[in-house]
Amino acid sequence: MVEAKKLIPIYITGKKYLVPNGLTIMKAMEYAGYRYIRGCGCRGGFCGGCGTVYRFKGDYKLQSGLACQTKVVENMYLVQIPFFPANKADYNLDELKPTGGTLLKLYPELARCVSCNTCTKVCPQDIEVMDYMQAALKGDIKSAADISFDCIMCGLCAARCPAEIVQYNIALLCRRLYGKYMTPKAEHVRTRAAEISEGKFDKELSNLMKSDVHLLRKLYNKRDIEPEESKR
Amino acid sequence: MYSQDMVDSINRLEETRKKRIKQDFTLLTSEEKYNLLNQFHPDYKKGTLRELRIGPNKGERVINEIANLFEAYSQIDPNNFDFSEIDHEVDVLVIGGGGAGASAALISQENGANVLLATKLRFGDSNTIMAQGGIQAADKQNDSPPRHYLDVIGGGGFENTPELVNVLVRDAPDAIAWLEDLGVMFDKEIDGTMITIHGGGTSRKRMHSARDYSGGEIMKTLKDEVKNRNIEVIEYSPAIELITDAGICTGAILYNLETDEYIIVRSKTTILATGGAGRLHVQDFPTSNHYGATADGLVIAYRAGNPVIFMDNIQYHPTGAAFPEQIVGLLVTEKCRGLGAQLVNNDGDRFIYELETRDAESAAIIRECVERNKGIETPTGMSGVWLDTPMIDIIHGKGTIQKKLPAMYRQYKRFDIDMSKEPLLVYPTQHFQNGGIIVNEKTETKIINLYGAGEVEGGVHGRNRLMGNSLLECIVFGRRAGKNAALKAKKTNYGKLTLQHVKRYHMELKQANISKDCKSPMLLPDYRRKETISRMIDI
Ligand SMILES: Cc1cc2nc3c(=O)[nH]c(=O)nc-3n(C[C@H](O)[C@H](O)[C@H](O)COP(=O)(O)OP(=O)(O)OC[C@H]3O[C@@H](n4cnc5c(N)ncnc54)[C@H](O)[C@@H]3O)c2cc1C
Ligand code: FES
Repeated sequence: MVEAKKLIPIYITGKKYLVPNGLTIMKAMEYAGYRYIRGCGCRGGFCGGCGTVYRFKGDYKLQSGLACQTKVVENMYLVQIPFFPANKADYNLDELKPTGGTLLKLYPELARCVSCNTCTKVCPQDIEVMDYMQAALKGDIKSAADISFDCIMCGLCAARCPAEIVQYNIALLCRRLYGKYMTPKAEHVRTRAAEISEGKFDKELSNLMKSDVHLLRKLYNKRDIEPEESKR
Repeated sequence: MYSQDMVDSINRLEETRKKRIKQDFTLLTSEEKYNLLNQFHPDYKKGTLRELRIGPNKGERVINEIANLFEAYSQIDPNNFDFSEIDHEVDVLVIGGGGAGASAALISQENGANVLLATKLRFGDSNTIMAQGGIQAADKQNDSPPRHYLDVIGGGGFENTPELVNVLVRDAPDAIAWLEDLGVMFDKEIDGTMITIHGGGTSRKRMHSARDYSGGEIMKTLKDEVKNRNIEVIEYSPAIELITDAGICTGAILYNLETDEYIIVRSKTTILATGGAGRLHVQDFPTSNHYGATADGLVIAYRAGNPVIFMDNIQYHPTGAAFPEQIVGLLVTEKCRGLGAQLVNNDGDRFIYELETRDAESAAIIRECVERNKGIETPTGMSGVWLDTPMIDIIHGKGTIQKKLPAMYRQYKRFDIDMSKEPLLVYPTQHFQNGGIIVNEKTETKIINLYGAGEVEGGVHGRNRLMGNSLLECIVFGRRAGKNAALKAKKTNYGKLTLQHVKRYHMELKQANISKDCKSPMLLPDYRRKETISRMIDI
């Protein structure tokens, strides 16, 4: 039932190994005998710890991907970039204004973007990185936050940027500014928090805490379930 | 790229879709659920538990894989350890760089403490960053903390520690407000109202989300804030042992994974926030957890004398990926079911209501595949059932999946599967450590000046956690631990550094005739091939 997999050559930092076709780069490295310390965080495409660049024999084109999400291909020459020395501004979010001026002040290099689109081409999340950088440059924080939302901060864009911009840190700043200042606060959350600290639910909760299993089970089985279609 | 058999099965599924959309399905009664679990849940299988021979829970049964780590010697020799040079002296040491650790560090510092955060991988490489679905809080008009309480405790089999559940549901709205103030981009209506949906076992829609990068968005924000506040962080340096003095925790020994050196940290108070245990691969199940989820915190706290609770069970997530091979074990978020995707067998039939608790969902899927033989087999011989994701777009409109589940969509697209057009094949995966070290509502452990927060601690969820309550747990208890540890540190002096507890533990191990070859904590799993390992030479 289990298919025997064909072995293919790949070159890990230039050294040849034979690995089964179909594995991810990460699993292929482990198959080859590597044990990860760096370059492997979540193994699921969420932490951005496994950025990898590769190129095929005879091809000038430099490609990139996440080691945990990219399949090995015959004659791939690869190296992982587990860390990239990135510039991050220190700031106190409480003192910032959600404006383009803030972005430029904290990250003046933003203005050096030459719209070469390399960042977009390199992004393993298929994010339009250059578009959000242009939005940020225009002070359109909302678009920058929205477009960059799925960024996992793997660092590949910054590694390739000729203007030495660290796109993902600017994006994170945009999302934090947007989340904090540019959407109305969820008042119902604060209202409920206040009700709780005023003791509105104390009695009910302490009764529940004292209830025995039989009563709890009865209450639990009896509780009504909000229908799926209801609006809120 | 599904095989022909799989495509045939998908055709059957598509034929029944019209009928299924309208089909009503009742919840299991308590008795039906009990029987289902008893027969098919992996926790109930014979031979999965064993009695502990030593330590504070001696005589109690825990999962084999956990027992293996508890019944093991320290990585260091306590009789031969040099404490003469201390590397760091801090008020509060936070061990673990996930959601709980980051929250604890921020709040500790706010309360005046000098904080050091040590973590095993990069800061933020954690289970927190992987959470997609969302975070619960009872903050809507039709909802209330007592209601949340009832859902939590019912989901947990009524065995949860009441004081901890109380704290969880009470602190929840404030935790959400705190995150919102830090700039977490929650999904909201135009007027600022949080968009909330159901999760398995919820009686009200109280799952808050940030698209399907909920944990990622939270983690990135917290990490950024920790950096802004210049809190010192040491990466790639897991704690391998606590340091104690007569029942008081006085620091920890870290291990620099890159240079193989140990690092001595002396602290007034210490917070364990090391997360879960998915990478133990209990019963050889695949896992959804990050690379560093190896139960280290449990091991070192247990060795120092702190008991654990509910370590006789594990949460399997009902919908781990079963195909393609490259992503087996990774999570297909519960949000899919929350949005209406149904579970369907090889005949095209539903077999369980999709919003049962996770243990019941998992057991039902295993029953379908193992007993009833109605699973769908993959080319590598794995079996699973369909999660009919195209229904999401049918119910909520075209484009919903791409908008609300971009991470999921992308994950499958990378392997040429379009989940808005084709269903996904799923099977349970090891997901969450329901139990953990015992703490009280102040997050204090039994060891003085040692606190525990997040997935490492147990009792909150009883024997079964509901989705959305563990992100909540790591924020709520992380903040509590941060505050309490900082305040306690103000009243505490540095203690003596000894490994008395390890010496005692080693004696117990010896008396129980446990082999010296067993060592823990594990720190990282080893995924190299047996062939490679057998040829290794030590130079
Ligand atoms: C794929 C996935 C999806 C999930 N989805 C949801 C969801 O939708 N909703 C929800 O509520 N919950 C969800 N959960 C569960 C939730 O994410 C976790 O329970 C929670 O985030 C745990 O937070 P934590 O800080 O306790 O642990 P973690 O976030 O795992 O952090 C622990 C940290 O400690 C580090 N560490 C481990 N050992 C050591 C050591 N010896 N020394 C130093 N550091 C160490 C780890 O590397 C890690 O950085 C999900 C979990 C996973 C894996
Ligand atoms: S290891 Fe986390 S993204 Fe690949």
